[in-house]
Amino acid sequence: MVREPSRKSPEEFLRQCQIQEEAATRGHLKIFLGYASGVGKSLRMLDEARRRKERGQDVVIGAVQDRMRPEEEALLAKLEVVSPLRIGGNAVMDVEGLLRRHPAVCFIDGLAYDNPPGARNPTRWQDAQELLCAGIKVIASINIQYVDELRAEVEKITGKHVDQTVPGAFLKSADEIEIVDAPPEEPIERTPEEAASAQERALRLSRLREIALLLAADVVDQQLNQYLEKHGIRQTFGAHERILVCVTPRANAREMIDTARLISGRFHGELLVAYVKQPRISAADKAALEEKLELARAAGARIVILEGEDPVQSILDFATQGGITQIFIGHSQRSGLGSGVWGNPVDKLLRGARGMDVRVFPQ
Amino acid sequence: MADTRRGRLKIYMGYAAGVGKTYQMLVEARELKAKGVDVVVGYFEPHGRKDTILKTEGLEIVPRKKIEYRGSAFEEMDVDAILARRPQCCAVDEFPHTNVPGSPRAKRWEDVQILLEAGIDVLTTMNIQHLESLNDQVYQITGIRVRETIPDWVVQQADEVVMIDLTPRALLHRLARGVIYSREKAEQAMQNFFRESTLVALRELALRETAHEVVHRTAFDGALPPAGASAGQAVAHKLLVLITPDPTSAMVIRRAKRVGDFLDAECFAVAVQPSGDLAGLPPAEREAIAQHLNFARNLHIETRILESSDVATAVVDFARRNQITQIFLARPKERHWSLNLFSRDLVQKIVNIAKDMQIVVVAEREPAAQ
Repeated sequence: MVREPSRKSPEEFLRQCQIQEEAATRGHLKIFLGYASGVGKSLRMLDEARRRKERGQDVVIGAVQDRMRPEEEALLAKLEVVSPLRIGGNAVMDVEGLLRRHPAVCFIDGLAYDNPPGARNPTRWQDAQELLCAGIKVIASINIQYVDELRAEVEKITGKHVDQTVPGAFLKSADEIEIVDAPPEEPIERTPEEAASAQERALRLSRLREIALLLAADVVDQQLNQYLEKHGIRQTFGAHERILVCVTPRANAREMIDTARLISGRFHGELLVAYVKQPRISAADKAALEEKLELARAAGARIVILEGEDPVQSILDFATQGGITQIFIGHSQRSGLGSGVWGNPVDKLLRGARGMDVRVFPQ
Repeated sequence: MADTRRGRLKIYMGYAAGVGKTYQMLVEARELKAKGVDVVVGYFEPHGRKDTILKTEGLEIVPRKKIEYRGSAFEEMDVDAILARRPQCCAVDEFPHTNVPGSPRAKRWEDVQILLEAGIDVLTTMNIQHLESLNDQVYQITGIRVRETIPDWVVQQADEVVMIDLTPRALLHRLARGVIYSREKAEQAMQNFFRESTLVALRELALRETAHEVVHRTAFDGALPPAGASAGQAVAHKLLVLITPDPTSAMVIRRAKRVGDFLDAECFAVAVQPSGDLAGLPPAEREAIAQHLNFARNLHIETRILESSDVATAVVDFARRNQITQIFLARPKERHWSLNLFSRDLVQKIVNIAKDMQIVVVAEREPAAQ
């Protein structure tokens, strides 16, 4: 909404330099994210490899799945494969061979593999990292159950434990992430028991789909912010709900934080709680405030401490820059947010909050 | 009886033209046919895309119906012909399409309802920007006010919503190679809708919306709680929207409905008039309010006209009587703040007298400067 031609803080400037430097040397990483096996990631990847090759790109296959369907085999036959090494009976991606061959693009079907002892790197995602550092573009696939941070959550749903994982940070470093949301093949139900178990399976799969879609959305959101930063654009798109709860020592924080948590949870949004530092604050107020911030922490909110002579303006500035879509404020936060000099803070906030909703809470 | 079973609706959701929605829909239609399901194509928009056209080969296409309008011939989906043909499953492209005047129904999604009611399963395609409750957010992202929208309840009825994903970069490559549009149209598109930042933001919107649709479909009748269902579960929320002649009323209705849907809360809308009806109003105002009330009803919001000359008091009294927990109002226009006009007073007055409930002041979303 607000566009400011690159007026940056030193931190922002450094960050931008870093982004540009990394982009210049590091290979491009693209990830196909699936929510279960059998959704067709391998086929989609190999098909992309074929299309890229047909367009004249220098494409090799670095790793494939152990078991392949006939249509995947057929695609693979048309592509150059750098054969894996055999270490102790295990197939290990030949990183050295790939670096020597140095293709423009390397496809890795299945990122979550622990390499056996004696391999160049302990895990396959580190193999991929090495290729990226050498400036090779990597296109890789993974299922959410193998994402380290999601493993426990997925395990609760599927009841299946996996040992080999990839850190979420590696996925989030991807330049592109694409979700494979095709429905898995449905088993044919014959008996009521089969129908019931099919329904249960459908439930499990939808939870997994939700997790995968949200992970992709988070990566996309991060990319959007980087893009805007890179181009010096400050604006809010509102694709991601971001709720900012304003607390003061005497605010009725519980209802605000509960509601914010409910709404941000349902919208899969972000929850932030802001406090504007007051110059003279009594010990009682200090304790009350700490209690409120504790509530906020328990709700999983990101706490923001703001400073500024005019508290409402500080909140508005932060909200505009931080892409906030909803501000929550208590009805009688008049004393807490510096009334008198600046007027009724609720009124002032309503007046100043352009392009975002303001939710006024009863006290 | 098997005949009365409602057909299943499956939506292929995308975020822009060219991501592969129609292609995927046709791939699935072919797979169903191979499995022995009686599938037809009810409507297909080729857009000159070769790969997609290839996928219709071997599928039965029900001929379109020709409709004359102002001396020109238009073609629409022939619902009667499909009903007469009675397939098990019908693929219908471009769910949000508006039919040419003179068609039996105004919207293609209404045509689809007829097919579903007849027990025919429907596969269909749409982009996220056509979802009614996201209209203002889409305007904020793209600067384009989408006119062809689908009420959220229609999408919520779908048995399955599948996200057809493609990275914006890949989409831009497709566009540049002329796969999606002719070269001239592609260049124009890249200036408008197909800017990378716009595509990234729309895609994020589509991913989050599909995630929501996915759990919403299963969470509340299943044993697994949805990811966001932890806090504040005990409070049953009820939302109220104040409708005025101002055009921002539509935005407040959309926003409240969206929040209501996400919170599983009931939503009401009221207009306040001294006479209790719209008869005494100047024609423009009367029409505007009637239009907003109608819009709310189309989104399945219950509406009421309250009889009072004191808007704020009437709204708050109604809210208290009906256990409303949140009132949604439009943010007064910029100039009204300084001039202390009616709408500013109204918001302040409601905020001041309704100290027992949450007041949500909804601001207009302005498109991002590019």
